[in-house]
Amino acid sequence: MKIVVNAVTHEVTSEILSTALTELGFTSPAVATALNGSFVPREARNTTMLRDGDRVEVLAPMQGG
Amino acid sequence: MQLYGTEIGSPLLLGTAQYPSPAVLTKAIEASGAEIITVSLRRESAGGSGMGFFEILQETGCRTLPNTAGCHTAQEAITTAHMARDVFETDWIKLEVIGHSDTLQPDVFGLVEAARVLSADGFKVFPYTTDDLVVGEKLIDAGCEVLMPWGAPIGSGQGLRAPEALKAMRGHFPDIPLIIDAGIGRPSDAAQATELGFDAVLLNTAVATAGDPVQMARAMALAVQAGRAGFLATPMERCDMAVPSTPILGLAELA
Repeated sequence: MKIVVNAVTHEVTSEILSTALTELGFTSPAVATALNGSFVPREARNTTMLRDGDRVEVLAPMQGG
Repeated sequence: MQLYGTEIGSPLLLGTAQYPSPAVLTKAIEASGAEIITVSLRRESAGGSGMGFFEILQETGCRTLPNTAGCHTAQEAITTAHMARDVFETDWIKLEVIGHSDTLQPDVFGLVEAARVLSADGFKVFPYTTDDLVVGEKLIDAGCEVLMPWGAPIGSGQGLRAPEALKAMRGHFPDIPLIIDAGIGRPSDAAQATELGFDAVLLNTAVATAGDPVQMARAMALAVQAGRAGFLATPMERCDMAVPSTPILGLAELA
């Protein structure tokens, strides 16, 4: 299945958000996620199913003003 | 000042972007005496780049104020605020809804809308706004307990472009903490803001892009404290004419 993570298309085998992120190397605990523009809380990643073509955003703390 | 029930001693809030290195950032935060630092959320790379920065933040001991920088709609800002709360574990949010890419002027309509939704959802909203009094009232109606008007466009370093309007804002909202957010370039700008009665100043570029950011952080800290102390001391009234400060009484006749 192809999903788009942070604007880059990836092939993943997992259909669950949390394991798909691990599969792609997003292992930092300090991230926030959104699926197709909607916020997915940390505790919901284990139960959030992915579909082909889904857009995922994975955001981390960065410098800001 | 009290910000959502939390006592904050330092009248300087510092942004964390654009520093030459993480070491300089850490030293600048320390020199500024800031208790609140602003942060953002950006795309993570596989392997994890954000964790290192997160650890630096935690080591400062400061309270983080995540922003919604770059959001152009209320919905984007609301989603970003939720994501920030998930990562930073704070319900404080510096709410930015940008109306124009060139000026980075707040879209006050989207701002009020997002502030209402987020306040109802338990967020403590710090809105980046203009000096418009009606917008300020609507933000307070929406649940905001602090207002953060711009002094000048973000990153411009122009100082306070409309000091009279800001003075009017201070007068109009005597009991609301007011923080100048954006536009400060020099220590004298920061001092002017607190001297006008603003409770605090939030700045980033002025320190981060100075030749010596640590020294500038120290200068800004002194400036906001000087301005604040001057405001509390009630400055003298201006006169059109000279008024001798040395007594006339007892002046010798030597002519």
